[in-house]
Amino acid sequence: MRIIFDRDKCQGHGRCYALAPDLFDADDEGYSVPLVTSELTQAQLENAQLAADNCPEYAITIEV
Amino acid sequence: MTDLHQPQRDWATTFDHTEDDYAQNAPEIWDDLRNRCPVAHGDSHGGVWFPSRHEDVSAIANDTERYSSEGIIVSVFKPEGLAPMGYAPPITADPPFHQGARRLLLPAFSPKAVDKLQQATHETCQKLLDDLLADGASTADAAVQYAQHIPVRVIAHMLGVPEEDGDKFRVFIHRILEKPGTYADQVAPEDTLFHYIFTTMAERQNEAPRDDLIGYLMSYRDEDGNPLPSDQILGTIGLLIVAGIDTTWSAIGASLWHLAQHRGDRERLLEDPSLMTFAVEEFLRFYAPVTMARIAKEDLLIGETQIKARDWLLLAFPSANRDPEAFEDADRFMIDRQRNRHLAFGLGIHRCVGSNLARMELRTALEEWLTRIPHFELTNPDEVRWSTGQVRGPRELPVRILKSNPAASTN
Ligand code: HEM
Ligand code: SF4
Repeated sequence: MRIIFDRDKCQGHGRCYALAPDLFDADDEGYSVPLVTSELTQAQLENAQLAADNCPEYAITIEV
Repeated sequence: MTDLHQPQRDWATTFDHTEDDYAQNAPEIWDDLRNRCPVAHGDSHGGVWFPSRHEDVSAIANDTERYSSEGIIVSVFKPEGLAPMGYAPPITADPPFHQGARRLLLPAFSPKAVDKLQQATHETCQKLLDDLLADGASTADAAVQYAQHIPVRVIAHMLGVPEEDGDKFRVFIHRILEKPGTYADQVAPEDTLFHYIFTTMAERQNEAPRDDLIGYLMSYRDEDGNPLPSDQILGTIGLLIVAGIDTTWSAIGASLWHLAQHRGDRERLLEDPSLMTFAVEEFLRFYAPVTMARIAKEDLLIGETQIKARDWLLLAFPSANRDPEAFEDADRFMIDRQRNRHLAFGLGIHRCVGSNLARMELRTALEEWLTRIPHFELTNPDEVRWSTGQVRGPRELPVRILKSNPAASTN
């Protein structure tokens, strides 16, 4: 499972990097920068799902 | 919602968000409308539509082709011919102008920039609480003595204007947001937000740019070395003064109103401070303060409702946030809600530029309050007064202090 991030949808709500700082960082304008693009560990998966579930713009999905 | 002297009012056909009755009962009105008449209408303010469902609100927010932000505060004075910049960019701007006006501001409000303001915000809250609890006070007004001061001090610091000017800001904002249009003839030109910014800029005209937001906007040069047009600078400073104050004040006040009435939620936050990350988002969902507006660019249909070009529409983020189609147990406040894609800061290209700042202020304000005043209740629910207009929150919030702690020693 991997994080798929759609930069065009991201509007910088900042929910992802607040909830999963191990997986997402913010750039200087507050848009998201995914830190992990490789296969997720089980522990990472939970946080990735939390970030996806709270992104108001549906910019984050988890690819199975 | 029971005014015994008035027959039951039908908000679906007489919608008016500037009445006291609306302010006091808005969540019940939204629930009723969502169920029964998803696009309400009222004749006041030159006519206004109120789509209440999440689906419609998010579609409108994302459709900048057919809806313009030229007007975002509903009033009889409907802006015309100001697009694409509008009078307060970026909030009043449409694409393609919008993006540049917004990018200008993003770095100053990024998470890293906001982190640097956190310590000062803690100190501001602590000082307000010291004053509020002086002489062993047993009652206080959580809106008047606490919530309203926090965002004013933060934004005054960022802009580089005296903290004391905050009192003026609140007067300007009251006129612009709570009773739009009604003060137009009664106010002297020297006593307006426009005049305030104009003089502030004039005073700085011949000095070296200061290291604050006003200095940044005045000294900004694009790639070709051109400054920003002065009406853009003026409008943007005006927006920064108006956008961040009563919005954040409302969010802090509504959260304290909730906590005053829910001992269980207070206890959970006191026991597990890490819950605050989720609690802040649930406060924002459940008590979203901000309803925006748009002007239709063409004749169009929302569901079966016919909207005419140039009609006003309210963008009801607070109602969308309580739509059961979009949120599980939408009518329940769940302090640890895990899935919460709320729209309190809007959606799409106009997402609140100040959202990182507002969250930091809300979180800090609640943490400091609970540290000093872990237990409190409303002195009398009927004495709470909610603001009218597009920004909704308690403006008077008298509480009885049931338990307070001394200030932590600072040395
Ligand atoms: C809890 C507090 C706040 C809430 C609920 C809130 C809500 C909103 C909403 C819903 C919008 C979208 C407007 C639209 O779609 O037309 C917005 C835009 C904006 N807000 Fe906030 N806001 C808050 C605090 C702040 C603060 C502290 C600032 C900073 C001074 C700020 C600055 C702005 C700006 C500049 C925009 C325009 C963004 C654009 O058009 O691109 N807001 N806000
Ligand atoms: S939560 Fe969504 S919109 Fe917000 S920064 Fe993260 S990806 Fe972007």
